[in-house]
Amino acid sequence: MSANQQAMPSNSSQANIDYVFRVGGEGGEGVISTGEMLTVALARAGFEIYTFRTYPAEIKGGHANYQVRAAGKLLLSYGAAVDVLLAFNEEAYQKHIKDVHPGGVVIYDADSFTPPADNARIYYGVPLTSLATEKIGVKLTKNIVALGVCSQLFEIPQETFQELLREKFTRKGETVVQKNLQALQVGIEYVKGIDKRDPVRLGPGPRKTRELVLSGNESLSLGAIAVGCRFYAGYPITPASDIMEFLAKELPKLGGFVVQTEDEIAALGTVLGASFAGKKAMTATSGPGFSLMTEMIGLAVVAELPAVIINVQRVGPSTGMPTKTEQGDLYLACYGGHGNCPRIVMALTSVEDCFYGIMRAFNIAEQFQMPVVVLSDASLGHRKATVPVPDLSRVPVLERRTPAGQELVNYGRYRFTPDHVSPMSIPGMDGGGYVAEGLEHDEHGYPAASNHENHLRSTKKRYGKFQAVEAIANDLTRTYGEPHPAIGVIGWGSTEGVIREAVQMAIEKGYSVGALHPKILYPQPLAKLTEFMKGTKAIIMPEVNYSGQFATLLRKRFAYDFVQLNKCVGLPFTPKEIFDKIEEVANNVRAGRGVHATSV
Amino acid sequence: MAQVKEYIGKVKPDWCPGCGDFGVLNALQRALADLDIAPHNVQVVSGIGCSSNLPGFLNAYGFHGLHGRSLPVATGAKLGNHSLTVIATGGDGDGYGIGVGHFVHTCRRNIDMTYIVMDNQIYGLTTGQASPTTEKDVRTKSTPEGTIEIALSPIALALSCGATYVARGFSGENLHLAQLMKGAIEHKGFALVDVFSPCVTYNKHNTYPWFRERVYKLEDERHDPSDFRLAMEKAFEWGARIPIGLFYKVNRPTYEDEEPALRSGIPLAKLPLQRNDLASFMEDFI
Repeated sequence: MSANQQAMPSNSSQANIDYVFRVGGEGGEGVISTGEMLTVALARAGFEIYTFRTYPAEIKGGHANYQVRAAGKLLLSYGAAVDVLLAFNEEAYQKHIKDVHPGGVVIYDADSFTPPADNARIYYGVPLTSLATEKIGVKLTKNIVALGVCSQLFEIPQETFQELLREKFTRKGETVVQKNLQALQVGIEYVKGIDKRDPVRLGPGPRKTRELVLSGNESLSLGAIAVGCRFYAGYPITPASDIMEFLAKELPKLGGFVVQTEDEIAALGTVLGASFAGKKAMTATSGPGFSLMTEMIGLAVVAELPAVIINVQRVGPSTGMPTKTEQGDLYLACYGGHGNCPRIVMALTSVEDCFYGIMRAFNIAEQFQMPVVVLSDASLGHRKATVPVPDLSRVPVLERRTPAGQELVNYGRYRFTPDHVSPMSIPGMDGGGYVAEGLEHDEHGYPAASNHENHLRSTKKRYGKFQAVEAIANDLTRTYGEPHPAIGVIGWGSTEGVIREAVQMAIEKGYSVGALHPKILYPQPLAKLTEFMKGTKAIIMPEVNYSGQFATLLRKRFAYDFVQLNKCVGLPFTPKEIFDKIEEVANNVRAGRGVHATSV
Repeated sequence: MAQVKEYIGKVKPDWCPGCGDFGVLNALQRALADLDIAPHNVQVVSGIGCSSNLPGFLNAYGFHGLHGRSLPVATGAKLGNHSLTVIATGGDGDGYGIGVGHFVHTCRRNIDMTYIVMDNQIYGLTTGQASPTTEKDVRTKSTPEGTIEIALSPIALALSCGATYVARGFSGENLHLAQLMKGAIEHKGFALVDVFSPCVTYNKHNTYPWFRERVYKLEDERHDPSDFRLAMEKAFEWGARIPIGLFYKVNRPTYEDEEPALRSGIPLAKLPLQRNDLASFMEDFI
């Protein structure tokens, strides 16, 4: 039984399956695509999946690895120890062997290296390279040979791999398809003759219906399409570029398209222009590009233009660590830009939430005529998960309020209204002409750069929208574990799954723990936070950053000594790291000792 | 034909008396009236600067955005609804200084829009610093000993970046300017109309009389606007004689022509949301 299985409650044997596979090797040699094929094969076989990948910042060369956790139940984290390591070279072996638990399996390319003696784990040396070169004549098919080995050894249905290879290579012609099918067979045949010494067996998974296999970036792109976004402008940046690439491929099927602009300022400017012209539009970037966009966010706020801006966060500051994950842009998302500049900041929590979250982001942008910044991060954007086919009725599609009839007589684009939202005319609408104005302006959009009273009134109008958004923020806050716990955990963004798993672990050990996870971070869901915090003895705030950015924002609203748990190494949390902190804090509280912040 | 007064906005221009920009505004209103384009079908996008205040003085849809960023916004406005007429306006600092990157790439894209630059060779709104088109050795508030950099040639830059209609007008030649603007708006593609628009307050060097002594019309000398090399040569003519008029014009498919999604002719803003399509579409990701 694996380390991951122990944490899972059991119903039936298939539902109880929970394995972590990790593939490691030289970047550019197909490690990622091997991992992706294994992922899709496991998903199609009926398992839930949760992947994690790290890849080098270099284009070719450097170490890359791809991890797939497959289980019979919904997965909330990438897991703890590795059950199966597939090492294409010695570096992969050396980097990852410490993560393979005792009793775990190591499959290695016997042509590449020989691992030292190790009685704790089960080793299968397979001459992947020579099998590929000698039997197929193409060295790179060693990846497919390795998949054949996995299929046979761990009873992952062969047909699934065959189907996948056909889909993947049909475009390259039948010869290529056949070579890959042969390579798969070579792997299968090779291990048929050996003695299976490990207990890892999957077979068909418990889920009989098919689900989507999506990365966070793909899921949010699909969500944007679902809510009516047909225009995207962007500039390439890791780890957000695949959103642009995805939409460039998919939007034309629905009459939309992508423009690649000269920089991120232009990207958001183009989005604002399209929004002004009456079309829902979005852009996506990462930290460095988001920094550039801040001036345009200010413009969107004062001109009251709907826009969705996605920031797939990576490690900063400056160029930072482009392929690694961090939750370091919350301050910038909430406060970036000059002046009093209210915008809405949301954070996506899971691959499935990326779909519905982006739909809500568009709805809120349209409803309140404000820019909505949506925070994702490298770990969420690039991990894949099984997602049930989205239910489009779950989130309605909302459109902006436009003027009609009497409202077009002496039309005032920025008319003061009780809910602070003014009907927005669309170019082409007779009588609706106005200037979308970056200067402080009056109700008609006329410049009012010297009207002091009007500035206060207009600022209040823009901030006034927060009242209604805050109500939505309260609705979009989720809680786990005990509703009135002694020890609370507050997280945001992609940490939702790991926190949920850690809380579950702590509850099973008898601790009084509950977690709260808001989806809208600015404005904050004060009612829900207040209710949750009532009666807690301590609140832990895990964040993948150094300074505790959300904790800092909450300290502004609450006189509460939040206990920070920060991880700032470019990697996401494991459930164990959060569980350990819960245990430590709970024990200290119980013993009447002080509680303090730590870094992982 | 529409009347010029239909294009007059409710806000009175705040330019200094005698400012060249008045002539540009008049010429634009005349061009729009002559072309009979309904005010509600015009989107005028600007940046920041004296001349960028223009959208407020015109009766149309306007967008007064950020310094140097008019062209990205105008690009989005055009792509969002390409059935409407899009005009971007601004000054030399806005377009050739802070916004020059956008200028370069908008030329390349050949979006169907008209870009009117009121070029006064000075930063007027910030009261008199050197701009990218200030001539070498001219003394300004930021260059008390004279500018060190040479002036940029907007015409040459537009030509080399792929603009398909490249013209220069003079605010003191109003009817000629209105003709150039009409041509620019009618042209399918990215059209630049750089306009000598004297700043009577802060540029004591490039004044109305200074220009009147020097400008001549390319049409009067039978310039061939289809000749790219000749246009380039004329772009650098500066000194005793300075050309105005249409330097270059070529027909190249616009960005909208080349974008398959827009070929149906339905503007994006009018595209109905077809939710049924999505269900089958998602099957690709199973």
